[in-house]
Amino acid sequence: MSQEILLEDMQCVYQKPATLTDDYMHYCPGCGHAVAHKILMEVVQEMGIQEDVIGVAPVGCSVFAYNYMNIDMQEAAHGRASAVATGIKRVLPEKYVFSYQGDGDLAAIGTAETIHTINRGENILMVFINNGIYGMTGGQMAPTSLFGQITSTSPYGRDVEHNGYPLKITELIAHLPGAFYVTRQAVHTPNTVRKFKKALRNAFEFQKLKKGTCFIEVVSNCPSGWKMTPKETLTYIEEKMLPEYPLGDLKVPAQNNI
Amino acid sequence: MKMQKSEVRLMKGNEALAEAAIRAGLDAYFGYPITPQSEILEYFTEQIPKRHGVVLQAESEVASINMVYGAAGAGARVMTSSSSPGMSLMQEGISYIAAAELPCLLVNVVRGGPGLGTIQPSQGDYFQAVKGGGHGDYRLIVLAPSSVQEMCDFVFDAFKLAEKYRNPAMILTDGALGQMMEKVEFPEEGSLPHQVPDWATTGKKGRERNFITSLHMEPEKMEEINLHLQKKYKVIEENEVRFETFEIDDAEIVLVAFGLPARICQKAVELAREKGIKAGLVRPITLFPFPKKILSDLSKKIDHFLVIELNAGQMVEDVMLAANGKCPVHFKGRMGGMIIQPEEVLEEIEKIIQQPILQE
Ligand SMILES: Cc1ncc(C[n+]2csc(CCOP(=O)(O)OP(=O)(O)O)c2C)c(N)n1
Ligand code: SF4
Ligand SMILES: [Mg+2]
Repeated sequence: MSQEILLEDMQCVYQKPATLTDDYMHYCPGCGHAVAHKILMEVVQEMGIQEDVIGVAPVGCSVFAYNYMNIDMQEAAHGRASAVATGIKRVLPEKYVFSYQGDGDLAAIGTAETIHTINRGENILMVFINNGIYGMTGGQMAPTSLFGQITSTSPYGRDVEHNGYPLKITELIAHLPGAFYVTRQAVHTPNTVRKFKKALRNAFEFQKLKKGTCFIEVVSNCPSGWKMTPKETLTYIEEKMLPEYPLGDLKVPAQNNI
Repeated sequence: MKMQKSEVRLMKGNEALAEAAIRAGLDAYFGYPITPQSEILEYFTEQIPKRHGVVLQAESEVASINMVYGAAGAGARVMTSSSSPGMSLMQEGISYIAAAELPCLLVNVVRGGPGLGTIQPSQGDYFQAVKGGGHGDYRLIVLAPSSVQEMCDFVFDAFKLAEKYRNPAMILTDGALGQMMEKVEFPEEGSLPHQVPDWATTGKKGRERNFITSLHMEPEKMEEINLHLQKKYKVIEENEVRFETFEIDDAEIVLVAFGLPARICQKAVELAREKGIKAGLVRPITLFPFPKKILSDLSKKIDHFLVIELNAGQMVEDVMLAANGKCPVHFKGRMGGMIIQPEEVLEEIEKIIQQPILQE
């Protein structure tokens, strides 16, 4: 019979945060971007900072993040999200500012901006979605693609002699004194999602201290680009991605620095 | 914060421009060093911490222009400056800013090109400034000063126009104007009030969310955005044209020059008049919108246009379009940092008027 009656009988135990809009996300089924968006907005909701946060979307699959996140946002040119976030934060120093970028965006075309934003210790949060591929443009090799990984521009597998090594940008920037909190998380299991959420919460709390950049890498997936079912990507993350990109904190503020 | 009173100072063009920007209530400047405009960044890094606003030396011009995007989107009165190679690097960002309709001030203190070129003055970036420069159909409002006083005044005009039309405005000047010293009268600080616009991303307090973007996937929507932009540019063309004329009433040959060469041409007109040659001058002040009408009107009653530029011939194409075949359009330019002399211009005038006019 009618669904309404059924709903009335049920108790609401979970709903999406009001900080997400009602737009349908365009992400492929099983894509990590969708989970990352939701968790990010849950944290914004739970901290009650929806009116004080400004996000910057990249060019990449998450280019439309501003359609889903019910907050003020700017869409940056490819690779420049952290420069745009710098511009915002410098004129609105009391607001929470974050950038959200893919691996091509943050670790290839935008590498200079990434390093210098963090080296200046901009008081922003940078969320870095590492799916080891260029999702938006159809699955080309990314700086973070794994050894031997087959993509549309490495059809014989990523070859170190020809293409160099998977870029561990997170390890690289963790050395910068401007980096205040650096951690690598994931969103492919309930447990990793819980930890990612905790990291986001930490990062926004830390932003109030104005002591430097917070950086959260999310080891994510791209079922379409990887040419796998969503379920297969979970195994791939565990077996291939995590050995190269191990989860955990790379830099945590000393207790006396908080 | 101490507000500066109006005053007269002897100053370099670049420094006058920077001082003017502070007095115009600049909220933020982002830039990267490059000769011949580094005094702008230097002046700001010295003055802004003692006065008001934000100044940041970025890691590149690419970063600078995207910082300008962020700050402009957040509602700040913001600017950057550079010289030719740096301006080339900014073009993608400028296209995004124009598409997202963010007001800001861009300053190009042009040097000789192409390539690394020279640090000497040039007007070789006219096309880049006036025709778009970056990708897609967009326009900047372009003002071309010809004195240190105007390096100051046009900062105020550029911010006013940029904010009125939600469009990036550019001051297109050159290495000589940037470096030379002249007397300049500064207006009082605080004469150009600024309100944070309601579309800015300042946090969604008590309103729907704001977002700044230039992405529109549906072709119908993207065409609509383009039509909206074109309509805006039309309104700018109808309302904001500025130019100056000198001795044009009875002129038979009219020089057309912008920026520093306009001053040189004024001298050339005087030399020509001493010799009994009826010469005049039109000096476009806004390069976009271009003063088409005055040139078109003149083309019907004069014998010749002579366009003088410090490049291989760029604005001359716009003069030709305005003249539309009604009178011959001649060109004389110097390049690579060389500055044309009044005597050279006079020589060119004499050459042209001595040519027999071909009868059809
Ligand atoms: C200047 C410029 N160069 C190239 C592109 C094309 N482009 C769009 S997204 C993208 C890569 C996206 O990959 P990534 O940042 O990893 O994001 P993902 O889609 O995987 O989330 C590229 C190369 C562009 N939009 N702009
Ligand atoms: S292409 Fe990949 S990254 Fe993009 S939405 Fe699809 S699965 Fe996600
Ligand atoms: Mg990617």
